[in-house]
Amino acid sequence: MVEEDDDEEDDDVEKVSWSGKPVESISWSVRETAASNQRTDREPALPKINTDTPSMSKSNSGYSLSALFKGRSRGSFQSFNDSFSESTARLYAPELRKPKSEYKDYVSDWSPEETVSRMQQGKVVSLEKFRSLQDKLLLLDFAVGAHDGNVITAVLIFLKRTLNKEVLFRELESRETPLRHFIHYLTETRDQRLLLDLLRALGRTEDVALLQYKEHLSIADENKRRDFLKTCASLPFPGEDAALVQDHFTLLERQIIIELNCRLSRLVLIPVELSSVPPGFQANDQQAELGGTVDVFQKFPRRASIVNTPLVTTLYYCCFYHYAEPEGTYSSPLNVRQTFKIPAKQYFVTALAARAKLKAWSDVDALFTSRNWLGFARKKSPLSFQRVVDVLQKSSAPTQVLQGYVALVEDAELRISLAQKHKCHDIVINTYRDLKDRQLLLGYRGKVEKGSAEERKINELLNNSQIRWKN
Amino acid sequence: MAHSARRDSPEPPDFSLLKRLARDQLIYLLEQLPGKKDLFIDADLMSPLDRIANVSTLKQHEVDKLYKVQHKPIVSTSDQLFFLIRPRIQTVKWICDEVNADKVAGKFRRYKIVFTPQKFYACEAVLEEQGIFGDVTTDEWAFYLLPLDDDIISLELPEFFRDNFLAGDQRWVRTAGSTLHLLDSLYGPFSKVYGIGRCSKMAYESWRKQVDEGEQRSGEAEIGTVFLIDRDVDFVTPLCSQVVYEGLMDDIFRIKCGCVEFGPDVTSDKSLKVMLNSSDKVFNEIRNEHFSNVFGFLSQKARNLQTAYDKRRGMDVKQIKTFVSEELKGLKQEHRLLSLHIGASESIMKKKTKQDFQELLKTEHCLLEGFEIRECVSFIEEHINRQVSMIESLRMLCLLSITENGLLPKDYRSLKAQYLQSYGVNHLLTFANLRQLGLLVEQQPGETLTVMESKVGKLVNDKTAGKLSDAFSSLAKKSNFRALSRKLNLVPKSDGEYDLRVPPDMAYIFSGAYVPLSCRLIEQVLERGGWTGLEEVTRLLNGHEFVVTAGSNGGDLKAQSDAQRTVLLVFLGGCTFSEISALRFLGREKGYTFIVVTTAVTNSSRLLEAFLD
Repeated sequence: MVEEDDDEEDDDVEKVSWSGKPVESISWSVRETAASNQRTDREPALPKINTDTPSMSKSNSGYSLSALFKGRSRGSFQSFNDSFSESTARLYAPELRKPKSEYKDYVSDWSPEETVSRMQQGKVVSLEKFRSLQDKLLLLDFAVGAHDGNVITAVLIFLKRTLNKEVLFRELESRETPLRHFIHYLTETRDQRLLLDLLRALGRTEDVALLQYKEHLSIADENKRRDFLKTCASLPFPGEDAALVQDHFTLLERQIIIELNCRLSRLVLIPVELSSVPPGFQANDQQAELGGTVDVFQKFPRRASIVNTPLVTTLYYCCFYHYAEPEGTYSSPLNVRQTFKIPAKQYFVTALAARAKLKAWSDVDALFTSRNWLGFARKKSPLSFQRVVDVLQKSSAPTQVLQGYVALVEDAELRISLAQKHKCHDIVINTYRDLKDRQLLLGYRGKVEKGSAEERKINELLNNSQIRWKN
Repeated sequence: MAHSARRDSPEPPDFSLLKRLARDQLIYLLEQLPGKKDLFIDADLMSPLDRIANVSTLKQHEVDKLYKVQHKPIVSTSDQLFFLIRPRIQTVKWICDEVNADKVAGKFRRYKIVFTPQKFYACEAVLEEQGIFGDVTTDEWAFYLLPLDDDIISLELPEFFRDNFLAGDQRWVRTAGSTLHLLDSLYGPFSKVYGIGRCSKMAYESWRKQVDEGEQRSGEAEIGTVFLIDRDVDFVTPLCSQVVYEGLMDDIFRIKCGCVEFGPDVTSDKSLKVMLNSSDKVFNEIRNEHFSNVFGFLSQKARNLQTAYDKRRGMDVKQIKTFVSEELKGLKQEHRLLSLHIGASESIMKKKTKQDFQELLKTEHCLLEGFEIRECVSFIEEHINRQVSMIESLRMLCLLSITENGLLPKDYRSLKAQYLQSYGVNHLLTFANLRQLGLLVEQQPGETLTVMESKVGKLVNDKTAGKLSDAFSSLAKKSNFRALSRKLNLVPKSDGEYDLRVPPDMAYIFSGAYVPLSCRLIEQVLERGGWTGLEEVTRLLNGHEFVVTAGSNGGDLKAQSDAQRTVLLVFLGGCTFSEISALRFLGREKGYTFIVVTTAVTNSSRLLEAFLD
């Protein structure tokens, strides 16, 4: 079989080269229909096997795929003989072997190809003989050709140990697959410094910036993290990313201040609560100054610190606890909005949710009236009124409040279904009246309470001869 | 589902052998460290281990105490420690620290590290660097394949996806090749192999080489056909909301290793772990059903059960005795399962109505069809503004990007900024990762039309501008998904109602809105016996398709054709339960038996979580 190999070298021209790299001969003919592959004159796969492996087609009964594959390791075959004996036990448990017994042949004159092959099988190899750069790279290229990430990384570890990093980086630059393996290896071993050097050498500035920025995740102390983020803003981020990172710093800085202020005010409060001192004593200056805010803190104790939360969470917090504060303070929602250029809709959604949660319906109401508006205009909302109703309902708004917003839903059908769902009878009745739909109104009479104001209203309408019903 | 199989699908092979093999190997390895020992096991290996062995198996082989690897100081008093771990550098570093600490304390212990499914040189390099190479023995537990059900085998390697596709690390390629090798030697020989994707090609190559290294085998094949597919061939399918019962269960309760934990909201008692597979008779009948059919089915089942119970009335003593001894146990069992699944369905309903599921689905369907894209964009924006689930928002963004071949630059910038404001600036890293794999990208500028579009946009009101920009952008770019969707007819024509009870095609798994691309490819290639006629499709998919045939060897024709129709579908990078349901449907229709081999069962959350740093 060993002799055969040489004879068949030429046939290999026909064999597929996936990903453009030379591959070992394949007894199976692999038909490549990739668009990149221009050859259209290929023979169908089937006949290939007959011509290529005549010995196989003769022994039909003993046919097996593995038989078709045998003896194709080109020149390395002899050295593989030792591996055959141990593999007979592998029929039902291919990997269940004795601990890998080592062979006495430490001569280590394996070719790069053989070396890679042995490494794939978990056998002992010595890489020390690969001393010239050319040999090292040949080894690397064979590892890549074998599509075995484990071996590629193993070779890279060897190269890292035996090559100057400038040389290594230079060679990796043109080798995408090993480069990605090396980056992954350095990431996993957390060799941040070398990784940064590599990325810089490759001129991948955005990756350098991201990698450095990523480091903030492992800094637990909030003050240290803030200081670190400050330095990140000057990293070479592309486009608007730099501004986003700057925002991250500004946000954390502000969160720390707000949190600190809050803790200070709590420090005054907590002892008062704990040691039930006479009521008169509680009225210290600090509390008077905080006024309404304190009430909110008492009624809805904070669940967690806002430090390291997203901007919108912080905004929600400010709308919840610091809504009425003048724009000059750090915790004022308007100030937050201004500083971070929060889009109107985003601000609106957040403020709505926060004020509704507190059941501050007048605040909710005020949100819909533009401050520049003169007189009473129709309520405006950047959010569909259907969604507004949804938010309010989730905060268990009373029907009285809901009604006002359901009425503003433009689509009549949707308005009716929402009104019915939330029992806003007036709206249903009025809408049916406007639609001049007598039948639906009659039907709805059955759904309202007997003897209620709604029922009376429906009856009045039905008896109203002024209305021209359409049915 | 009422389906008359046009052609009988062959019986799936018996995969319990795989479990036995893995168990035997583990026992062999445990015995390599004779005497009492404490076992440290990686957290994500615990469930797979549970499926093949139990505590008493371990005890029999002198495992004293079991610990979960937590990267914390070891408290064990045993003088023999056995580590069963995935080959991860950080875990090995932790072990090194512990061994070195023992050394300093003058404590003598024996250590054995068993890597599964294989060891990596990088891990051994750590042992060497930390000066404990030789102080510990190492070995491999070749536990590649865990049969989760009659037709699902999992490698339980969720990290395959991130390592291979995002990091570009080919460390698992040989593992994939080894699984093929193992299955081929046990259930093969395979005679036809189809594949698409870079990794599939490499896995095939690796397998071929391992056959070279190994021995020959001949025998009657049980599985004749193999189809390999890379996850990155189709990202749309796993990003869609699942609405088939099993997929929905996975989305909501997270099925882990074929097992789900129901909380008190389902059981109305304490939490309960339940195995979900074909041996659960109730589950087996509804797992592939569209959720809208499930309640009807369950209530019918409940009525039947009631009738069966009612039979007791009017029985004499002897009859009751037979009833109790023969039927009652089965009925009680069914009763228990039925109430579990009713509880689960109710819980699903509750959760889904809370989060505007209908609207979400509507948006998804619009994206798949390429309809009303402006409305979709503002829906997603609102979703982000309201801080609804971080993963859901990301999922919708990715769907938008893939189906539209990227976001308009202004949309990209604004949605990204808002996303970071809602969920944290550190998602800058997430966006970078997603961009790298092309899941969330900006449309390349340079289309002259966008300039015109913005000019026109200024002249008319917003809504019209949106419509216009839709028209323009669809003209300006070449959208691969749209083209693929047209070529492969992925969005069925919606003339009339889609019958979800007796579905006409695989689209039923997405309420009739979309035929999963992955499954359509499999269907087409099997039907054509190759890629001929699909040249345009493979071009749009970036090529890397192949087909390998290993001639016919005569033999028993019936057995052979059964083997040909038993198809191993290998998903490299994960496969969803919805896809499996679609494939079961396809199998019934066309008389195939599909065995799904996946690196892990995935869903949109798991897929996207792989991109988080």
